[in-house]
Amino acid sequence: MPSHDVLVIGAGLAGQRAALAAAEQGVSVGIISKVHPVRSHSNAAQGGINAALNPGDSWESHAFDTIKGSDYLGDQDAIEIMTREAPEEILHLEHLGVTFHRNEEGKLGTRAFGGASAARTYYVADITGQAIMHVLYEQLMKYSEQIARYEEWFCTALAMDENDECCGIVTRNIADGSMELFQAKSVILATGGNGQVWQPTTNALICTGDGIAMAYRVGAKLMDMEMIQYHPTTLAGKGFLITEGARGEGAHLLNAKGERFMERYAPNKMELASRDVVSRAEQTEINEGRGFPDGTVALDITVVPKKRVHEALREIVLVGRDFAGVDITREPIHIKPGNHYTMGGVKTDVDGRTDIPGLYAAGETACVSVHGGNRLGANSLLDTLIFGRRSGVDAAARAKRIEGSRPSRKVLEAEEATIADIESRQKGSGRRISEIKRELGETMDAKVAVFRDEAGIQEALETVRRLQEEAKSAYIDDHGSVFNQDLVAAIELGYMLDNAESTCVAALERKESRGAQYRTDFPERNDEEWLKHIDLERTDDGPEISYSEVTITQWEPEARTY
Amino acid sequence: MADYTIKVRRFQPESGEGPYWEEFDVDLEPSLSVLDALLQAKDREDGSLAVRCSCRAAICGSCGMKINGQSGLGCKTQIGEAQELAEKQASATGGDAKDATVVIEPMGNMPVIKDLVTDMESTHWTKIRRVTPWLLPHGDPPEREYVVEPESMIDITQSMACIQCGACVSSCLSMEADPGFIGPAALAKAYRFVGDPRDAETVERLHDLAEDPHGIYDCTHCFSCIDACPKGVAPMDQIMRLRRKAGEAGIEDPNSGHAHERAFVKIIEKKGTLDEGLLLQESFAPGIKSKLKPSKRAIKELLGSIPTVLRAIRTGKARSPVKLIPGAHPKLPDGAQDEVKAIYEHAEAHREEFNLYIKGEEGDEEAAIEERLEPPRTHTLADEEAQNG
Repeated sequence: MPSHDVLVIGAGLAGQRAALAAAEQGVSVGIISKVHPVRSHSNAAQGGINAALNPGDSWESHAFDTIKGSDYLGDQDAIEIMTREAPEEILHLEHLGVTFHRNEEGKLGTRAFGGASAARTYYVADITGQAIMHVLYEQLMKYSEQIARYEEWFCTALAMDENDECCGIVTRNIADGSMELFQAKSVILATGGNGQVWQPTTNALICTGDGIAMAYRVGAKLMDMEMIQYHPTTLAGKGFLITEGARGEGAHLLNAKGERFMERYAPNKMELASRDVVSRAEQTEINEGRGFPDGTVALDITVVPKKRVHEALREIVLVGRDFAGVDITREPIHIKPGNHYTMGGVKTDVDGRTDIPGLYAAGETACVSVHGGNRLGANSLLDTLIFGRRSGVDAAARAKRIEGSRPSRKVLEAEEATIADIESRQKGSGRRISEIKRELGETMDAKVAVFRDEAGIQEALETVRRLQEEAKSAYIDDHGSVFNQDLVAAIELGYMLDNAESTCVAALERKESRGAQYRTDFPERNDEEWLKHIDLERTDDGPEISYSEVTITQWEPEARTY
Repeated sequence: MADYTIKVRRFQPESGEGPYWEEFDVDLEPSLSVLDALLQAKDREDGSLAVRCSCRAAICGSCGMKINGQSGLGCKTQIGEAQELAEKQASATGGDAKDATVVIEPMGNMPVIKDLVTDMESTHWTKIRRVTPWLLPHGDPPEREYVVEPESMIDITQSMACIQCGACVSSCLSMEADPGFIGPAALAKAYRFVGDPRDAETVERLHDLAEDPHGIYDCTHCFSCIDACPKGVAPMDQIMRLRRKAGEAGIEDPNSGHAHERAFVKIIEKKGTLDEGLLLQESFAPGIKSKLKPSKRAIKELLGSIPTVLRAIRTGKARSPVKLIPGAHPKLPDGAQDEVKAIYEHAEAHREEFNLYIKGEEGDEEAAIEERLEPPRTHTLADEEAQNG
């Protein structure tokens, strides 16, 4: 049985950072990813990473912006840690080789970003996530003796011992279909978000909420699952992301009449208000008939100097040209709000510990919570790195402290039986996986999106539960062992449905409007009753609801205007 | 919606059969991608069709493949354009454009695992690891950031834009001839460190890459990788930069490529057209006429070239022996040589690297000129009306 002190599942920024941090503590580390690490979705983070590193800036200011952005649902102790440790982390990345943009003096330069009171976003053109992730992967290659890489291995379940502690995982080697039980003293989930539950989404096809579902299935609590971010600037239809950096560089949002409509919604911050605010403004314009016939508004980047566009927004030039047929340096591009980010996730403390000893979560999989009801742009990369590192360090410390127990082969056998069942279904025994996935995505985008109400969410929940039943008889075409993507998709569908159910239940429960959760039947924020987290725990009858307090250190909730 | 037929080269390793072609009918907007077409076939008809993919937006680098024989990303190639190309190719080879289908194959220069999934580990990633792909700074890091020229970071950002999709490797003609060639992707990665002022091992890296017989001089300058790259990394340009830096560092080039390039430039500057008689001599022993002291290597190379020269003359690739006598080459008529000189001077004055992060895409330059030429709008029609009115 392969065994490591610390096993990391997922190799995006959070996973790679966790693996490197754990290895630095001198323990043996394995990192498992269902795709090659550099294919991970952290790549898509274009705009940058926040840190109060400039002499004129302060971590308190960064913390306050984050808290206000979160609509006061973020835990302030966690946000303090993240913003205090941010500058050190940026410098660490710079020392590892990230090619951050420089100012004229050759020092690190910044750009402006939404919801921030200072220009504190550090960046590499508009490929920041990609640049950081490729540099971390360079480090993984450098430390290949300390960190074993399992590239294109798919995790199907967590293994628990008699004391209800996590002691390993079950995986499938995608290349040959072999199943393997891994032993570990600590397991870190860093599998990203669940954007594929919505269609369209900016998220990659791999973002199917695997870690969230696996943790939930072994009894870990999920938190704030109703908080799903819709990004203000995505391409209609395909859902591709246009970075907030475009607005950071000065681009305008216009309705079909050519009005800069943000004047009416956020007169001070205009296009750079929080994402939930901008997305709602756009959706209101569209719903009230001031959008374009294709259900969009326009993002006008032509006001940004051309030289600056080529230097700082080149990826967007390519996206516009290749995927929308628009030269963004010459004409506005049509955009709309689109599914983008999972603020909720597996409930953890500030060291990535979940409710289950031995099980950690970091990055978008986790809910610490630093993002609360709405994540600020350029805080997600920061979250992955800070809490990836902290998880890695704590997971290594635990590994040094405990003996560890051997996972039972029963877990492996159960997974093998599940897979055998999926493989045994013959064509026509039920629906196709892809059909169920599409219905799920369209339902969630229609009912649990920017504007929500009880009837809609209830309808979505009923659909999800029907699809859960239908998934049990859904069939696949591929019955081979090598690169059976069909089988992986069937298991991912199960993960996605668990994610969707949790989001619907939490969205129904929160009877107020806060951050990304806007209930048209409860349009006001209600601190008296709802300044609290919604926690969910799995039971055979669906998620059981409980609440936990929001940690407030020094910033009392106030009305939120931009 | 439009109807397309895609023809996919398939390989199911567990079937015991060799590769085969299979056609799928799909219906989608022409602006959607070849990957969208493949996913539609997979979703609707055959879930066993294997293709790596994730972001659908040319960021993750998963879906490298050959489309109508050209290496690229499935997600970045529009199905409508792919169909047009297939039709053009069919007519050009005397076929019927009506029957043309979009042909999709796995990437080249790599073993195939299943359908469009290739083994990138044994080729691409092994080569990437060959170039010591991590920063090797000198001593402890500074307390704050390394202070470096802003341009140097933008310069290597072009190599950092590489998403490791393997399209350049797939298209590389040198690698086809020499599978040991380090190749375009790994060498572009190497430039990311050689060009990085924070790296302290630049010269060692250059020696390593220059002295490896499968290193930087193995590139034949064919431009295939530049055409294939979906991110404008221009791997060949990065290889040429490595060569230039190696030349500047005084590293001897076993092919004399760097000296050959300099000889070309020098002769054209002097004579306007290529004096082949001087080319060998200038490449291997520059200044031979005045010094009359060619190095041992120069003599060896010159003598060794004689059979090649004779063969070239016989087959008509080089000019007659008389014209090969040094000095017999005619100069350009009238003042044409001065115009050539002017071009050199202009190039010298505008010495800059071609980098997409600085210059933008092709055509932008002209657009910029157009903008400058456009007369400033001094008054509008409304003003005119107001004046007239």
